[in-house]
Amino acid sequence: MPSITDPRGIDFAIYRRLGQNSAMAALERRVIKALSAFGVLMTDTCINYQTVLAPLRGEHVAYGDTGSVIYANSVLGARSNFEGGPSALAAALTGRIPRYGYHLDTHRRVTRWFRLTASPRDLSEWGAVGAIVGVACGSYWQVPVIEGLEAIPGSDALKHFGAALASFGSVALFHMPGITAEEAIFAGAPPEPVAIGRADIAAFLARYAAPGDKLDVVVFAAPQLSLFEIAALADAVDGRQIHPETTVIVATSPEVKHAADRMGLSARIEAAGAVVAQGICFYQSYAREMAEANSWTRLMTNSAKLVNILGGYGYRSSLASLERCIDSAVAGRVL
Amino acid sequence: MPVVLRCHSGIGPVVSGMALVAADNFSARYDLDRSRGIFVRPSHRLAGQRYVDRILVLDGAKGGVATAWMLHEMKARGIVPRALIFNRVNPIIAQGAVFAGVALVDRFAGNVTALFRTGDELRVDPAAGTVEILNRDT
Repeated sequence: MPSITDPRGIDFAIYRRLGQNSAMAALERRVIKALSAFGVLMTDTCINYQTVLAPLRGEHVAYGDTGSVIYANSVLGARSNFEGGPSALAAALTGRIPRYGYHLDTHRRVTRWFRLTASPRDLSEWGAVGAIVGVACGSYWQVPVIEGLEAIPGSDALKHFGAALASFGSVALFHMPGITAEEAIFAGAPPEPVAIGRADIAAFLARYAAPGDKLDVVVFAAPQLSLFEIAALADAVDGRQIHPETTVIVATSPEVKHAADRMGLSARIEAAGAVVAQGICFYQSYAREMAEANSWTRLMTNSAKLVNILGGYGYRSSLASLERCIDSAVAGRVL
Repeated sequence: MPVVLRCHSGIGPVVSGMALVAADNFSARYDLDRSRGIFVRPSHRLAGQRYVDRILVLDGAKGGVATAWMLHEMKARGIVPRALIFNRVNPIIAQGAVFAGVALVDRFAGNVTALFRTGDELRVDPAAGTVEILNRDT
């Protein structure tokens, strides 16, 4: 039974620079030793479907990561419930999972209907739409169908959309006719479609706006970045310098980091003053302790999932496009 | 005569305690300061309230997988709710409660955040599928 790991809390190459301490690193080493002894493949990534091995349609998997579950269920047509660490570990030990929920056809039918009247323009807006649908659904047992897309969005767009949908709504499966893997079949009489337009997306982003605030930290993570996102980031920072009082953290998988190193992308990003971390994700990396150690409050990101999580971690978070995050990081204040 | 409300059979031990009620959702990762035992997410309706040993009555589960193991860690440190009452749970909350040994029930005939009030003294019997309100007779 192949078993893989989600992001860790510590990147040993940079943890002191981030204000993490040796006790955290020692705990991380114990976890690595224990899981390795157990035969787990230490992939350290929440984007295994973009970097390791994507499951096939109909394949039953047990993922302890909501972003991976919703992407596998929806985009790929694989079958998983939200497994927590304990039940995913039990599945790895036994090769068995309980036969319920999203492993069964009956639960994969559509219960909510949404129609996009405006196309999201970047990953932060894809996350915003995921959040809007998630809040409207608000339950693990709701399955939304989303219509009205003008073009095929791409893997990173659906990664951010799904991660936000799962984070804000606890939703594990969505359908986009013509794009996602399975036919969207309504569970009963189709409900009235709910329109989501430009004003809804703008209103969502405006909730997190804080123009002029001193900017402490910019985070690109949650989910970890694909190679294409890393390349876009390298393009955005070329020839620029991050403000000395602002920290920029980029989190990706070890596989993508190695590729980015080999292709010179990491060097371009770090030349601007950003930190490229591998195998971690920001909110799993002692986010509260990092905030205290570095006196961070104001955070900016292009991840809707991250702004949702960090509200309880002592951060005030702003959501904006990658380009605006970088412009703000250079200025040292939220633009 | 205490009020007795019926629900779907739940999990965990029989417990008694005071209700803390809000029409909002729950995630151990998103909403709590687990070292101080209070709700800290500013947008949560229970922000600033202490949850330790309270019977939490909320609409449902939200967000990610962390509640699956966080409840166990909270129980080990003794900074945990005494029971959880939801309209509808998800598999993460369910396994989290089993793993932690925290009482959990859901599926009542009505909205739990209206049926119960903060300050109600409750007795939760998950196996029987009942919750008694001990200090009210209506």
